[in-house]
Amino acid sequence: MWVFLVTEIMFFGGLFTAYMVYRISYPSAFDQGSIHMDFWAGTINLVVLLCSSLTMALAVHAAQMGERKKIVVMLIGTLVLGTAFLVIKGYEYHEHWVDHNVPGDALFGIDPGTGQQIYQDPRHTELFFLMYFIMTAVHALHMVIGIGLVSFIAIESWRGRYTRYYHNPVENVGLYWHFVDIIWIWLYPLLYLISHHHATG
Amino acid sequence: MAETIVSSRTYIVVWLTLMALSALTAGLSWINLGIWSGFVAFAIASMKMLLVALFFMHLRYTHQKMVWVIALVGFFWLSLLLSLSATDYVTRNFLPVPGK
Amino acid sequence: MATVATPKVETANYLNTDFGIKSWLLTTDHKRIALLYLVSITIMFFVGGFFALLIRLELLTPAGDLLQAETYNKMFSMHGIVMVFFFLVPSVPATLGNFLVPLMIGARDLAFPKINLLSWYLYIAGAGLMIYTIVTGGVDTGWTFYTPFSTTFSNTHVITAALAIFIAGFSSILTGLNFIVTMHRMRAPGMTWGRMPLFLWSHYATSIIQLLATPVLAIALLLVALERLFNIGIFNPQLGGDPLLFQHLFWFYSHPAVYIMILPGMGVVSEVIACFSHKRVFGYSFVALSSISIAVLGFLVWAHHMFVAGISVYAALVFSFLSYMVAVPSAIKVFNWTATMYKGSIRMNTPMLYALGFIGLFTMGGMTGLFVASLGVDVHVTDTYFVIAHFHYIMVGGMVMAFLGGIHFWWPKITGKTYPDIWGQIAAATIFLGFNLTFFPQFILGYLGMPRRYHAYPAEFQVLNVLSTAGASILGVGYVLPLFYLFWSLRYGKAAGPNPWNAAGLEWKTTSPPPKYNFEETPVVTWEAYNYDEIPEEAPVVQ
Repeated sequence: MWVFLVTEIMFFGGLFTAYMVYRISYPSAFDQGSIHMDFWAGTINLVVLLCSSLTMALAVHAAQMGERKKIVVMLIGTLVLGTAFLVIKGYEYHEHWVDHNVPGDALFGIDPGTGQQIYQDPRHTELFFLMYFIMTAVHALHMVIGIGLVSFIAIESWRGRYTRYYHNPVENVGLYWHFVDIIWIWLYPLLYLISHHHATG
Repeated sequence: MAETIVSSRTYIVVWLTLMALSALTAGLSWINLGIWSGFVAFAIASMKMLLVALFFMHLRYTHQKMVWVIALVGFFWLSLLLSLSATDYVTRNFLPVPGK
Repeated sequence: MATVATPKVETANYLNTDFGIKSWLLTTDHKRIALLYLVSITIMFFVGGFFALLIRLELLTPAGDLLQAETYNKMFSMHGIVMVFFFLVPSVPATLGNFLVPLMIGARDLAFPKINLLSWYLYIAGAGLMIYTIVTGGVDTGWTFYTPFSTTFSNTHVITAALAIFIAGFSSILTGLNFIVTMHRMRAPGMTWGRMPLFLWSHYATSIIQLLATPVLAIALLLVALERLFNIGIFNPQLGGDPLLFQHLFWFYSHPAVYIMILPGMGVVSEVIACFSHKRVFGYSFVALSSISIAVLGFLVWAHHMFVAGISVYAALVFSFLSYMVAVPSAIKVFNWTATMYKGSIRMNTPMLYALGFIGLFTMGGMTGLFVASLGVDVHVTDTYFVIAHFHYIMVGGMVMAFLGGIHFWWPKITGKTYPDIWGQIAAATIFLGFNLTFFPQFILGYLGMPRRYHAYPAEFQVLNVLSTAGASILGVGYVLPLFYLFWSLRYGKAAGPNPWNAAGLEWKTTSPPPKYNFEETPVVTWEAYNYDEIPEEAPVVQ
């Protein structure tokens, strides 16, 4: 699984490169875009994912100890938290849509209330939101896959498939889940914390 | 396979540290640190990543050196991609020649 | 000698143990999967070759008379895409690698046999989608998919082509993952890293590249597809994007990709040279470490494809310097191969002819690589036929010859039959002759200024182009010949013993063809690689 995760590092790495390139080139446009991110949604999502990593780690621990019921409980906890993350993300996407912060929107940057363009450099702030949507969408896709994997091992755990001596799949899914969490640990400051102003969405 | 079993207590402590670091990075983002805000956020994110990797992902407890090699190679390669691409973008417009 | 019509009693081997189409399509036997790949990539090779034929026919005359310009664009694009992604990248690793990696380390199979089968199905899905793309009108962006043409202006099936490559990329990643885990975990007792055949070292290096580079290509193609689908501006300057970002991401994969394509061939050459010189490979550890350093250094040079694209001069300097460095390990290998042959007992069988051809042509291609790595020269020859000749010398003169050499070398092992060597030698000579006639004039053409990817050219270039097309037809004949005598050998060829070439390596210690689980009993390795004096008749087995 570690070998596979290395390929994932490089996959996301391409996106981080794109982000880096455009942030170096257009720092103030990125700053402005970040102001209009939903700070609290992002922060809550960070907390949610970190908690889900805890439940995942505790699930692996339960597997190592052979505690069948606890594995299932912890995995369900991970599932619930993971789904919560996706729900909050969906809410955020909707918010951006309403505020005309979606790239490709002809009315990009036009405040729905005042009808005025709120960005000084809308072309390049559009790029910021582009990176935001692509990076979080790819991340969300990995979350969905992760939820699928966790569901699968939750069912297998309930069936008693994993013991003190054999619980490799739980460990491996855990590695994958923690990796996806680490991606969010990086996405959070890169997308939400660029500016010291926050419109809080 | 003899594996080290990490105690639940360790996980909880790590989690609390992660929560604290998250609060710190979120809180600091409201303060204008000028050029330092980027470094601070980067440093805190690195610490969080290390905590997750070392403890939750069991890097600290693995008996296999190869796992360390693989993890480090992965990050090193990412840094290659980022740094060498940056050589282009950071050094553009150094010369008074357009497009160079 | 009359062929005997009575059925022979064959030993049980992987070919005759199970029957029926399901036993092939649902197999997890690495040897059968290797054959599935072999058939698939041979088909794709001829598909790509078909486009090359059309290109060379068009270029017989200076005017663009056979094909319209847009059609010609599709021809070279599809030639490139099919040859690079659907032939060269999987060629040796997926066929010879899949077949030989477990045999060479003394294992029963790869670490993840089902993932191996999955990787073949992914390849088929990608290839199928590519054929669909071709049949429904093709793509005209060049195999390089440069933006903003591919994202904004092209009217062809860019998204399906990108998706086809994306899927095939996963096939490549899974193969690499399988090889690395297998080589770490499944070596037979006594098979230390330092006793592994160099074929395995080069596949290890190749797998590292496959794992680390292919995901970046996946992202680059994904972004192109997204930009086309949703009309967003990530690479579009009018919408604030940077077309060069695509090139950075694309070449971050595609330069290491050329090492994915060549390293396995170098592994084949090491094996063949050692066998047909009946000598240990000179400087084994240097060759092994060169493979790894080519893999690493290959990641540091990608922007040498972008010298005239608009990157900063300082970046260009850095990449030019690094490109010179990457030639060093390749040169080390060439010297070591040559030294291996010195005072060896040389036999000029077919595989050896291919290996020798490789050494000569790869060296020429590599040296011209140094020419283009030099910034000044590159400004003059970039986007001309010089570059085309350079990479075809390496890819075709190098890699395809190594692939054919490997097929001819291990054919008796894979099929249990031998082919008439004289035909192999004729085909090899034809290919060598045809190849040089095709591509050497292109160096001159490029230097004189003929641009690449143009369907028409100034009249003064015609003679050289005609020579090139003549060479291409000879080359085509050379490629088709092996199909005939190799198929012939399946039915009428003499049975091969376990070690017809008197080679070293664990794969030669088992029957030809090998049994389903490779070895009757797990062998124990007590000898160094290629140490002909020390190798026992029968490998000792685990007690």
